[in-house]
Amino acid sequence: MKNAIIKMLLILLTLGIISWANQTLDSYTLSILNNIGIFAILALSYNLINGVTGQFSLEPNGFVAIGAYVTALFLIPAADKIDMFALVDPAPIVLEMQARFLPAIFAGGVAATLVALFLSFPVFRVRGDYLAIVTLGFGFIIRIFALNTPAYTNGAMGLNDIPANANFLWIGSLALFTLIVMLHIVYSKYGRAMKAVRDDEDAATAMGINTFKIKTVAFMTSAFFEGVGGGLLASFLTTITPDQFSFLLTFQLLIIIVLGGLGSMTGALVATVLVMGSMEWLRFLDEDMVLFGMHTGEHPGMRMVVFAILLIIMMLFARKGLFGDRELPEFIKAKLKRKDEV
Amino acid sequence: MSAALLEVRNVTMKFGGVTAIDNLSFKVPEGSTYGLIGPNGAGKTTIFNNITGNYIPTEGSIIFDGEDITGTRPNKVVAKGIARTFQNIRLFKSMSVLQNVLIGFHDQIHYNYFEAIFRLPRYHGYERRIKVEAMGILEEFGLAEYADNEATALSYGNQRKVEIARALATKPKLLLLDEPAAGMNPIETEDLSNIIRKIKEDYDLTVLLIEHDMKFVNAMCDTVTVLDYGEKIFEGRPADAIVDPKVVAAYLGDFTHA
Repeated sequence: MKNAIIKMLLILLTLGIISWANQTLDSYTLSILNNIGIFAILALSYNLINGVTGQFSLEPNGFVAIGAYVTALFLIPAADKIDMFALVDPAPIVLEMQARFLPAIFAGGVAATLVALFLSFPVFRVRGDYLAIVTLGFGFIIRIFALNTPAYTNGAMGLNDIPANANFLWIGSLALFTLIVMLHIVYSKYGRAMKAVRDDEDAATAMGINTFKIKTVAFMTSAFFEGVGGGLLASFLTTITPDQFSFLLTFQLLIIIVLGGLGSMTGALVATVLVMGSMEWLRFLDEDMVLFGMHTGEHPGMRMVVFAILLIIMMLFARKGLFGDRELPEFIKAKLKRKDEV
Repeated sequence: MSAALLEVRNVTMKFGGVTAIDNLSFKVPEGSTYGLIGPNGAGKTTIFNNITGNYIPTEGSIIFDGEDITGTRPNKVVAKGIARTFQNIRLFKSMSVLQNVLIGFHDQIHYNYFEAIFRLPRYHGYERRIKVEAMGILEEFGLAEYADNEATALSYGNQRKVEIARALATKPKLLLLDEPAAGMNPIETEDLSNIIRKIKEDYDLTVLLIEHDMKFVNAMCDTVTVLDYGEKIFEGRPADAIVDPKVVAAYLGDFTHA
């Protein structure tokens, strides 16, 4: 009971901070926060299938693309679609798709979930490296599909002028919601079963767990939030093209969840802030600097080099990521306990 | 003699050209402790895998509690009331001792996904109850003090016990133990036999075990079946098994032709 009240207060406090930030911060800071919020949603959900359930899959870019396109098509007014589709006329169903912001985001998530359901049958017939290859292929297929069905996606030109409804209030609240849902899943019989599948699939089966079902549940949940994140991304960027959803997006998410510690939700959150944030606060490295009285000159991309080195150093000192597979409170508790013993 | 809880009926298991089990039949009476012994590669673990549904027998059938369960998927076999441990300990290594045991309750928790996500009352009810039950099982094994320790950090003997505790959490009628005493010292083995006797009593269990430690088998089992190259060469009291010429020949080689 006491815990429930503390949790409620924490949620309200976070919502308060989000709404305060949304009203007072300048648009540059907000755009960084929005980016962090969206990537937090993506990383948290990717962590569920990859970290908690231990299924090394490489498909989130596909699900993000599905969410982004579906949400965008629901948000863009019909008249704009007719103007926008230059290659071929939009399909009738595309013109009929109209929804308000939240239902449109939800639809993006549901679309990704349904695709995940169908995908789980071929995908979970294989384990390990083969799973990675099959899911990687799926990501490519979605991109090729987006390029070659101009009546639905406007092909390589992508979709423009997507209504920018996604402010930080939405993105921040949905990121918080995602975090809560993920933590609730992890600390339930479903989360336990997912971890059991990760640790030893045969032993999990011997405990009566239907491992295919558990993997599919994790996959679909992950897909839902990746779709939602994709929808938010579409509305935040207002422009989407197939090339945005290349494997690089998956790779970026993979860096985040490995850095945070595979299986740790709070780790994924902290790592998102570190990775997405440092892309911004390392920007000074690209500019001209004065070192020991000498001008270094401008080196666009220098921050990426430094970022890579920082990443390597971090991974050397924290092999299992920042928090291992623990959540932040457990991690702090374990550290304190160790200090006591010493 | 009470009715058979488990019957293995004319089971043959072939892997390609290799016959691992050859027309094997035996009955495990309800409430008994039944032993499967035999030299390495005799097919003991294979018959376990046949019973638990990991392998589907090439021929023959497995009857459990009056029901033909041949070819039932492993996770469904657990639901029917058969739990197992593994020859090489297979605990969930990222989890604490308590969490390992909680996994065993998976099938007995009936809140759905949304009740878990939104933390509805049924979630709290079940979680509270199974935690109490799991601690009860751990207490029985003398492991309560290690509940929050990492399972793989425990001593070898205690890890074995956690594995049995975890199997027990699935509420089985039949417990399959694959070499429970392997790698244990005599004191640990003694301790283990006492625990198995106790849980057998407390949980109304029938136990089928594979073991090489003949002292342990002698002390524990009412009946043993001896396997060699997938065939049954002896069935009867353990004390008689070790003096049976066929059994001796299987272990030490046949000297009659020498």
